[in-house]
Amino acid sequence: MSPTCRRLDARGLPCPQPVILARKALAEGGFDTLEITVDEAASRENLLKFGAYAKCLVEAVDEGGGLARICLTPQGSAPAPALAEVCPLPEGVPGVGPAEVVLLSADGIGQGDPELARLLMRGFIYTLTEAELVPRRLLLMNSGVRLAVEGSESLANLQKLETRGVEVLACGTCLEFFGLTSRLAVGGMTNMYEIAGHLMEGPTLSLG
Amino acid sequence: MKLTAHTRFSGCGAKLGPGVLEQALCGLVQPAYPELLADFSGSEDAGLFRLGPHQALVQTVDFFPPIVDDPHLFGRIAAANALSDLYAMGARPITALALVCHPLKALGLEPLKAMLAGGLAALTEAGCALLGGHSIEDPEPKLGYAVTGLVDPDRAWRNNTLEPGGRLILTKPIGTGLVNMALRAECASPAARAAAETTMATLNKVAAEVLAGFPVQACTDVTGFGLAGHAAEMAMGDRCGLSLCMAQVPLLPEVQDYAAMGLIPEGTYRNREGRLRFLRGDLSAANLDLLFDPQTSGGLLAALPAAEAEAALAALQAAGVPAWIVGETGGAPGFVQIV
Repeated sequence: MSPTCRRLDARGLPCPQPVILARKALAEGGFDTLEITVDEAASRENLLKFGAYAKCLVEAVDEGGGLARICLTPQGSAPAPALAEVCPLPEGVPGVGPAEVVLLSADGIGQGDPELARLLMRGFIYTLTEAELVPRRLLLMNSGVRLAVEGSESLANLQKLETRGVEVLACGTCLEFFGLTSRLAVGGMTNMYEIAGHLMEGPTLSLG
Repeated sequence: MKLTAHTRFSGCGAKLGPGVLEQALCGLVQPAYPELLADFSGSEDAGLFRLGPHQALVQTVDFFPPIVDDPHLFGRIAAANALSDLYAMGARPITALALVCHPLKALGLEPLKAMLAGGLAALTEAGCALLGGHSIEDPEPKLGYAVTGLVDPDRAWRNNTLEPGGRLILTKPIGTGLVNMALRAECASPAARAAAETTMATLNKVAAEVLAGFPVQACTDVTGFGLAGHAAEMAMGDRCGLSLCMAQVPLLPEVQDYAAMGLIPEGTYRNREGRLRFLRGDLSAANLDLLFDPQTSGGLLAALPAAEAEAALAALQAAGVPAWIVGETGGAPGFVQIV
């Protein structure tokens, strides 16, 4: 499997929020590299320090205009144990809504007129990109996986959500069933074992 | 209720960087009033205005967003911090005016009452009368005081009158900015938090009174520009610079860990940008993150002749003021040597 990357957008966040977000993401794991976008020199420096402290491979890509992407690749299986000891994770990191997981089990919202259902789903995903609070994960099941494949009208918005730190995961069985496995264009593939785990670990909002 | 949740920066970390301030003030002049002894054109801790042959008015103002969640404690810290500039000049505080910005809808009246009570308690301890103040509605809470003191202008401590062969005494540990960041990350240890709160809430009154019994060459208080930033101001005199010995600089608990974790206030970077050019010697990141950490209600940094330093240190400690010799005067004027 190719390396997975989780992206966080920490632009405009005051210190120490970018470090808090990075720490929470590292503790959760589930990716090979964590990429955090920042627009403050102080946040950039602080994330470089944090990455070294958390024993990650650290890389900074400067995009110009003060924008920088910091890539942290944890070395070994778990983040530095000292981290959790020195500093237990806080509750409720700002930016993440009360719904940890949003499950989209169709490519439309609700029954009845399929055109209306499609418009509602498109509107919901777009609105999430503009919302102050976003879920930690978007799980796509059944025809919901169609949202994340090439040609989907919601593809760009899902990609935008991903840059805001939302992990987009599509059900592999469903992609296979529709013959869309090779056309997945955003996020990663997952299986029922992981999906069940995510659905049980925190508050979930289900739409579809 | 979390007061600090309503703020973007906290304490003296909210201060504009020294570079910005210099640019803003550059070219501003006012008439040469004969009574005016020190104004914004210098880098004194407070302004000085002569009232008579042996008396001058000392005025200063300081206000900032909450650095702690307990409103009473925040009030105390805000007052201690404002009074500190008077003590740094060897002045006796006489009056104060409160400056209040308060989000009434979000926080209600109770925290405001507690803040003002905490501030008044500290002013009372200083023997400083609160005359009034001004308050405005603001989404971000802020509190501070404009304070006035009296001093004999010939005996007022300046901050840039260093002479070679002196020792530097610091009366509070540094690291309040780092502890504050760690608190915001919900990651500060109880020991670090308690030590920071105690040191910020402590008036520099006793320290100044004890030092007044010694021939102080120069004195300042360590606040938003950090230890190195304020040391650089001290080094701006024409006789000599100074050196700081990192091994002797007292630190609040665990602040080196917080710095290593990247819990460094934006103010540290601003301070570094503005003042790094005056520093020489061991400028490792580990040192700079501590030396430029913005302090809220920090201690006095005083220069005394070497022969008097040990006695002053003993007298401070006997009076219950923690104090450390952190460096010495000497070297090229304008520069702070880090060893």
